[in-house]
Amino acid sequence: MIGVYLLSSFIISILLFFNRNRLVNYLLVCLFMIIQCGFTIYAYYHQNISELTYFTPDSLTIIFLGVLSIVCIPTFYHSYIYFQNNLDLPNQRGIYFAAIVVLLTTLSAAYLSNHIAITWIFVELTTLSASALIYHRRNRRTLEGTWKYLFVCSISITLVFIGILFLSIAVQQSGGTDLFYKELFNKAKGMNVFWLKLSFLFIFTGFTAKAGLVPMFNAGIDAKDKSPSPAGALFGSVLMNVGFIGIFRFYQIIGPTTIYLWANKIMLITGLLSVFIATVYLLRVKNFKRMLGYSSVEHMGLVMLGLAAGGIGRYAAILHLILHSFAKPTMFFQIGQVYRIYKSKSIYDVGDYFKYNFSGAMVLLFGFFVITAMPPSGMFVSEFLIFRSLFESGNLIILVIIFLLTTIIIWSLGKNIFKMIFIKPVKIPDENITPIKPIESLSQYILLALVIYLGLNPPDELVNLINNAISALPS
Amino acid sequence: MTNILLITFTISLIYLGVANRLKSYITTLAFQGMLLFGVAFIELIEINWLNLVFVLLETIVFKTIAIPYFLNYVIRKNKITRDTDPFLPDFVSIVLITFIILGSFFLSNTIHDPHLRKIFFVVALSALFTGLYIITTRRKIITHVMGFLVIENGVFVLSLAVGNEMPMLVNIGILLDIFASIFLLGIFANKVVDEMKGQDVEQLTDLRD
Repeated sequence: MIGVYLLSSFIISILLFFNRNRLVNYLLVCLFMIIQCGFTIYAYYHQNISELTYFTPDSLTIIFLGVLSIVCIPTFYHSYIYFQNNLDLPNQRGIYFAAIVVLLTTLSAAYLSNHIAITWIFVELTTLSASALIYHRRNRRTLEGTWKYLFVCSISITLVFIGILFLSIAVQQSGGTDLFYKELFNKAKGMNVFWLKLSFLFIFTGFTAKAGLVPMFNAGIDAKDKSPSPAGALFGSVLMNVGFIGIFRFYQIIGPTTIYLWANKIMLITGLLSVFIATVYLLRVKNFKRMLGYSSVEHMGLVMLGLAAGGIGRYAAILHLILHSFAKPTMFFQIGQVYRIYKSKSIYDVGDYFKYNFSGAMVLLFGFFVITAMPPSGMFVSEFLIFRSLFESGNLIILVIIFLLTTIIIWSLGKNIFKMIFIKPVKIPDENITPIKPIESLSQYILLALVIYLGLNPPDELVNLINNAISALPS
Repeated sequence: MTNILLITFTISLIYLGVANRLKSYITTLAFQGMLLFGVAFIELIEINWLNLVFVLLETIVFKTIAIPYFLNYVIRKNKITRDTDPFLPDFVSIVLITFIILGSFFLSNTIHDPHLRKIFFVVALSALFTGLYIITTRRKIITHVMGFLVIENGVFVLSLAVGNEMPMLVNIGILLDIFASIFLLGIFANKVVDEMKGQDVEQLTDLRD
């Protein structure tokens, strides 16, 4: 079935690439959505059964596949609206949708992979499709964004490869012959600590480019800024999850070894630095999309802190990722509407949004509460649990610093978003713009409601999946 | 024999540190490709022949012929001959690259591991850091790409060290090479260099906060 899924998605993307007809284009996209959702359901009922040797849907995979399938539907819907309101050249549209299909398929394959080298290959492929999306507008600035993204991701992927090479040295010494996660997990105790440490450093640093953590978060910000907002929604959610999954799988492998505590320290430092850097940039950022990008860096930093603190923090970290993957796309979709009215992403140019688009302004207002993790946002629960785990693990200094930093973040996000909603803009937008229909914001309300619901009252299936995913980690 | 080739490879890294003309970068990269061909041939002779042919073709066709040819084409088309003054003088470059090599040497001496073939490790690490050094100190976009290619060469050396036991990893390394060369170089370096007439990285500063 996984083979069928990969093959059919591949065929759909090729057809999309060559097709010039609008109707056929959207029919193919709908077909892909059905395949994607159908496959996720199939994977849920066939957990832990390997197919094609290299793919096994385990609990973490199912969670992220589910998130991806849910996020992809509004993404396609908003892409449709995007092309209705922007230049709609058949060949560019074809490349855009083909790239999204390839991106989603390679992401799914990277989630599914049970072999570290296969994960690596598919992560590399996500870079390719992502750059096609960033370059969509084909002007000088998107070219710059694409170039930076490609270059940084190439270096990061090289670092991961070096890490895998070191890991293979360690594996050979412990008598292993291949690089399946399961085999690595079983052999981990006998591996040479030095090589394992080196390998962790390289793989971790490499995946930070995708996960949006310090030190390689930069490229991701440019990518989210320069791509069309529906694509930015994908970059800010499911693409970051793939970086997390790369880190998490390796973190699981070193669970039984003696370097586990050392790795926790590295992750704590990275998490703290990520939140710190995000705060610094959020204080001065003037571009709404980049602001959302830095907010993602903050949330990924919190996820790392939760994971490293252990205990309830691990559960909270994964819950936080899920909720973040729904909340961030909402804001990106909304910024698409803002851009249509003001023709600008700068916070200076946007204002009095209630007057121009009531339903959209409500999304921004609710979205603000959700992404800053204020009740009733579901992220309040996950963030609260992360803080509790930091407290319980004795990282009080880090906790205090994080409190300070998140307060500053709430202040700076609030300052910008409230300005956009309530204060009059410097330049009054054109009165002749076609008003945005409230129905276009419906998908955003649904996603926000989902964040609240999943955080406050997660269904038992989800809780079981999360608990299964973290069960292999040492207590 | 492997040792001689690898040491020559390391010397070529020092040469890269002082090269200012882009032509000499390209020649050095092609030369490194040939050295890697030799190393791969000696090291991997035991793996199955199909795989070996693949690896050898990649080093000769890709690293030694195709990439240098293409780089030549780009610099001729855009009439660039040299990297404008690097951020650091040449003398400092030599000293720093020597330190990089010495550093990798001492680092690998601290590892007590009978399985490890230290010379591969030293050469790979030196190439990796030299590549990073070139990227951070040069101004032209095209030189950055060349720095990246040096890193790739280093990674290739490292993958040869484990290649006998796990040929799959060598192949994946080659995949990385091809990915980087075709995509990074072929499509974007070409486009970026065309678009940004001066080709300096200072022009890539539109995106910031």
